[in-house]
Amino acid sequence: MTNVAGTANKPPTAQGSLFEPLRRLVSVTEIDLRLFGMLVALAVILVGFDFLSGGKFFRPVNMVTLAVQATTVAVLATGMVLVIVSRNIDLSVGSLTGFVAMSYALLMTDILPNVLGMGPDFPFRWAIALALGIGVGAAFGALQGFIIAYIGVPSFVVTLGGLLSIRGAVWYLSNGAAITGLDPAFNLLGGGVRGSVGGDLTWLVGAIGCVGVVYILISGRRQRQRYGFPVRPMWAEGLLGVLGCAAILGVCAFANNNFLPESLANQYAQDHGMVVPPGGLHIPVGLPYPIIMLIGVTLLMTWVANRRRFGRYVYAYGGNPDAAELAGINTRWTIMKTFILMGILAAVAGAIAAGRLNAATLDIGEGYELYVIAAAVVGGTSFAGGVGTIPGAVLGAFVMQSLAYGLSFLGVNSPGQNVAAGIVLILAVAFDAWNRRRGS
Amino acid sequence: MTVETGTPETSTPLVEMRHINVSFGGVHAVRDVSIELYPGEVIGLVGHNGAGKSTLMRVLSGAHPADSGEIVISGKTATIRNPRDAKDLAIETIYQNLALADNLDAPGNLFLGREMTTLMGQLDDSGMESETRKVMERLNPNFTRFKQACVSLSGGQRQAVAIARAVYFNARILIMDEPTAALGPAETEQVHDLIRQLKSEGIGIFLISHDIHDVFDLSDRISVMYQGHIVETVQRDAVSTDEVLGMIIAGRRPGENGAVEATAVT
Repeated sequence: MTNVAGTANKPPTAQGSLFEPLRRLVSVTEIDLRLFGMLVALAVILVGFDFLSGGKFFRPVNMVTLAVQATTVAVLATGMVLVIVSRNIDLSVGSLTGFVAMSYALLMTDILPNVLGMGPDFPFRWAIALALGIGVGAAFGALQGFIIAYIGVPSFVVTLGGLLSIRGAVWYLSNGAAITGLDPAFNLLGGGVRGSVGGDLTWLVGAIGCVGVVYILISGRRQRQRYGFPVRPMWAEGLLGVLGCAAILGVCAFANNNFLPESLANQYAQDHGMVVPPGGLHIPVGLPYPIIMLIGVTLLMTWVANRRRFGRYVYAYGGNPDAAELAGINTRWTIMKTFILMGILAAVAGAIAAGRLNAATLDIGEGYELYVIAAAVVGGTSFAGGVGTIPGAVLGAFVMQSLAYGLSFLGVNSPGQNVAAGIVLILAVAFDAWNRRRGS
Repeated sequence: MTVETGTPETSTPLVEMRHINVSFGGVHAVRDVSIELYPGEVIGLVGHNGAGKSTLMRVLSGAHPADSGEIVISGKTATIRNPRDAKDLAIETIYQNLALADNLDAPGNLFLGREMTTLMGQLDDSGMESETRKVMERLNPNFTRFKQACVSLSGGQRQAVAIARAVYFNARILIMDEPTAALGPAETEQVHDLIRQLKSEGIGIFLISHDIHDVFDLSDRISVMYQGHIVETVQRDAVSTDEVLGMIIAGRRPGENGAVEATAVT
C-alpha cells in the first residue's frame, strides 16, 4: 500500500509514516480494518452530535433509545447482507415486517383466544404467537425465494411485487384498522423501561460476553497451534481480549447508568417494600430486550455466514455463480434459503416493532426496505456480489440511525434527516470505491 | 498398480462415451461422438473454436447434459446429470476460466462443495487450510497466500488452486480445458510436469488445447474434432503435426481428398 500519490490536492506528506505504527498494529492483531473504520466513524458521529448539542446527546437514556430504534433495521440488515451477497435484492422486507406484525396482533387478540381457545392467561401465549409469526414470515420468504430461484424471475421484480401486494394484504388482515392490546409479555420484546433486563442480568450478559471473547481467542489460537500455523503474538491476543471485554463491559455499564424514571422507581419501591431515600431511587434499567435479541441475531447470523456450509455457498455464489454451480453446489436451494431466512428475520423485526407500539398499525415497516439496504451497503456490502459482512451491516444500521437520531435531537426535521442519510449513503460507497481502487 | 500407457486394447477403458449428441437450439454442437479413455492415458482434444471439444467435455463433467448417448465409466453405465454426479465418479475438471470464486481464499475454493466440517457441521477452516498447505507443497511450494481472496493471486497461483482441487480429491479422470492458456513459460512447464506425474499414477486425462505442440508433447492419442464430430482419433506417434493441423482445418482424414492442400496451407 503506497501513499496517495495520485491525488493532486493532497500533497504526499509524512502521513504514511504517521499511520505506520497503527497500520502495523492492525496487521498484527488481524483486526478487520473496515469494521474498525466503521466503529471510528460511529464514534465520531456520536461525539460530534454530543459536541453540537452542548454535551446533552451522549447520555445513556439517549443512547439506549437510539439503539432500540436501530434494532429493527439492524435485524433485517443481517439477512439483507446474505441476499445482496448472493446477487439478489429483497424489497419486500418492510411490507413483510408489517404483515407479520399485524399477524401477531391478530393472533393474540382474535385467533388464539377465539379459534384455538387460548385465553390471555394461557401459558407462553406470547411465544406461541411469536413462533406462528416466524412461520408466516418463513412461508412468504420461501414463496418468493422459490419463484426467484426455481422459476428464475429476477428478485427485484418478485420482491417489488411482494412490496406492493404484501403491504396491501396487511390492510385486509385487519380491515384497515390498527389492532392494539397485545400480550404484556409480548410487548417486552419492544423494549422500553419495562422491556429491559435490569442491572444484574445486564452484568450477567456482559460476563458471558467476556467469557465468550476469551474462549474464542483461546480456542482459535489452540486450533492454529495444533496445525502449526503462525499465531498472533501473545501481547496482541492479550490486547484483543482486553479491548473486547472492555467494550462489552463498557456498554453494560453505560446501559446500567440509565435509571428508571421517578414514578416507576417509586412504584418499584412500593412493590418491593422499600423506602425511597431522599435523593430518589437509582434502579438501573439495563439492556432492553430488543438489544439482546439483536445481539443474539447478529451472533447467530455471523456464525451461519462464516462457519456453516450454507454461508460459504452464499459467498461462493456471489463471487462466481458458475464456479459455485460447477463445484456441485445446489445453488437454487441456497438462494431460496436466503429468502426464507430474510422472512424469519422480518418476523423478528415485526415482533420488536409491534411490541414497542403495543399495537400493529398499517404502516409498520413502511420504507424499511430502503433503510435496510442502505445499512447493508454502508456496512460494506457490494452489489457486485460476494462481499459483505453481518457485523458491518449492523454497524451500518447504527451509523444511519445515529445520524437520524442526532439530527432530530438537534431539531432537524425528518426531510432534513433523509437528505443527510442519502448523502452519507453515497459518500460511504464512494469512499469504499476510492479505497478499493487505491488498494489495487 | 502397473499401467501400460498407450495400449488401449489390453485394459478396460476408464471412460467410454458412446454416440453422444448435444444441441443448443438449432446448433448441433456435438454429433454422434464416441470416444474412449484408458487409465494412464492422455488424449489431446483439438479442433477449431466451436468444434465441440468443450461441449463434449462439459457433458462428461456434468455441466451440461447430453441429449442422447451413453457414458460408461470403468465398464459400468453411468448417469451424469450434474457436476456432483461427475465428482462422485472421480471425474474432476479444470475449466478454461478456472472457475474459482474470487472472493474466497485458496482453501475455500479447494474444498468448495466438499467442505471439511467438525462437530455439528461447523466448517473446519483450520483443517482445510492444513490440507491445502499439504497439497500445495506438492504442486507449488512457493505458494504462501492461504488466507487471501483468490482475486489477489497471480494466474499461475490460481491455476495451482484449480489443479489442487482436482488432485486433492483423487481424481481418476481429469478434464483439462486449456490448462496453460493464461500461464507464462515456467508455469506452463510446471503444469506439463504435473500432467506427466498424474499420468504415471494411472489417471486418465482429457486435454483440450489450442497449442498443437503442447498436445504432441503430452498426449498418447489425439482426437480431432470438426463441426461437432470426431474426424479421427490417432496415435500421437503415427502422425505429424502438419497432418493433425490438416485435419483441424479441413475436417478430413489424412490421405483423403483435400488433405494435401490443407497441409500446404499450413
